[in-house]
Amino acid sequence: MGERTTRLLITVGLLGALVAALATSPYEWDFEPTWRYRKLYGNGLLKTLGATGIAFTVGLIVGVGVALARLSKQLWLRHIGDLYVELIRGTPFLVQIMIAYFGIAPLIGVDDKFLVGTFALGAFAAAYMGEIFRAGIESVERGQFEAARSLGMTSNQTLRHIVLPQAFKRMIPPLTGELIALTKESSLLFAIGVMEMMSAARQVGADTYRNFEALLVVAALYLSITIPLSLLARRLERKMGTASRTGVELL
Amino acid sequence: MIEFRDVCKYYGDVVALDDVTLTVEQGEVVAVIGPSGSGKSTLLRCVNALETPSAGEVFLDGRLVDATHKDIDEIRTDVGMVFQHFHLFPHLTALRNVMLAPELKGRGDEDNARALLERVGVADKADVYPDMLSGGQKQRVAIARALAMDPRAMLFDEPTSALDPEMVGEVLGAMHDLAEEGMTMMIATHEMGFAREAAHRVVFMDEGKIVEVGTPDEIFDNAQRERTRAFLAKVL
Repeated sequence: MGERTTRLLITVGLLGALVAALATSPYEWDFEPTWRYRKLYGNGLLKTLGATGIAFTVGLIVGVGVALARLSKQLWLRHIGDLYVELIRGTPFLVQIMIAYFGIAPLIGVDDKFLVGTFALGAFAAAYMGEIFRAGIESVERGQFEAARSLGMTSNQTLRHIVLPQAFKRMIPPLTGELIALTKESSLLFAIGVMEMMSAARQVGADTYRNFEALLVVAALYLSITIPLSLLARRLERKMGTASRTGVELL
Repeated sequence: MIEFRDVCKYYGDVVALDDVTLTVEQGEVVAVIGPSGSGKSTLLRCVNALETPSAGEVFLDGRLVDATHKDIDEIRTDVGMVFQHFHLFPHLTALRNVMLAPELKGRGDEDNARALLERVGVADKADVYPDMLSGGQKQRVAIARALAMDPRAMLFDEPTSALDPEMVGEVLGAMHDLAEEGMTMMIATHEMGFAREAAHRVVFMDEGKIVEVGTPDEIFDNAQRERTRAFLAKVL
């Protein structure tokens, strides 16, 4: 039996057992009220996808800046990059998004929850993606830089034509991972009242007193986004041969 | 013409180059020999500012080589470098490896790139990616790539040290042709036969110092310094 079949059987078996256990429990299941709120879920799903997509794009752009700052020859730039990453990674996103909405947004006169939440998520993503970019650039062998510079390429040309094309390949799997993380992290936009999927689930639970069902549905919706992404990441990794051979099988 | 004036290079307490003064004339082929860690590579790498001397200066055709000066990219196009480990660009075909740098300088020319590959005998590998090439083929593509900028001098940093023995000949052959065409060359090498045959002058280095300079006959048959003789006795 192939590995794929075995994995599939194990998955089906475990899921079946879980469903059976839930179905036979004393809890009386009723998904009907949840179904009535499908439109709310649908809108929430769109907001979740929108916020994640925009934040990912913001993260990509700002992240490149963060990486270049941290790799800069200028100490002050390097230090600003370091500080940014430390501040963002050292505080919970829940705290950041609340500071953004309740602290910064009123100061600059912005009132759009979705906008504030999404950009806060983007700023959060940039710190992590900056690290992915930096690691990708640093993974390119020194000899590649030397060969390029010795041919008279400028540092920008070296970065653009030699380093980034090689680094980018290696960054795709971790960037996909970051996209998955962002999808889940976007649920915290619920804390400032953005009506994304998590808020939808909370509202359905409150309206129908069917919290368990409402939350299971939202969990399934998140999985319907993250599992395909995760499969895609694994495929890309295999296709590009970045999944390097380890020695673990010798243990 | 390459000129080293009192060049020193330190890495912390380690002395890599110790007061080196040397002139390589236009059209001259100079082989730099010596034990591992004697400073051969460092010396070559100072010519295109991959290393910056701790003291002293290097001049290329009278221009000071300075990594912090804005003419450095211009100077680097005038010196080709061939590395021990090739450093071909793995995401580009052999042809693209050769063409990229000239293209970025606005003088990309596919016919010229193909002619260069032909010249080093790998014309049939133009559209192949580096990981499908043998070591000898890789190094010949690397030579073509360095020649594509039409350099006035070429630096070879142990170009055959990473090759399987049966591939050394083809790379030395390409270098030999280049030498006969009058290219100015500095070659850090362990190939004593090649140094003897192709070089006009041989430089023996040890512990960062130039111990002895002479024609191949002078160095290989009639070395004046004890250290040179001891080294040659070991490797010949």
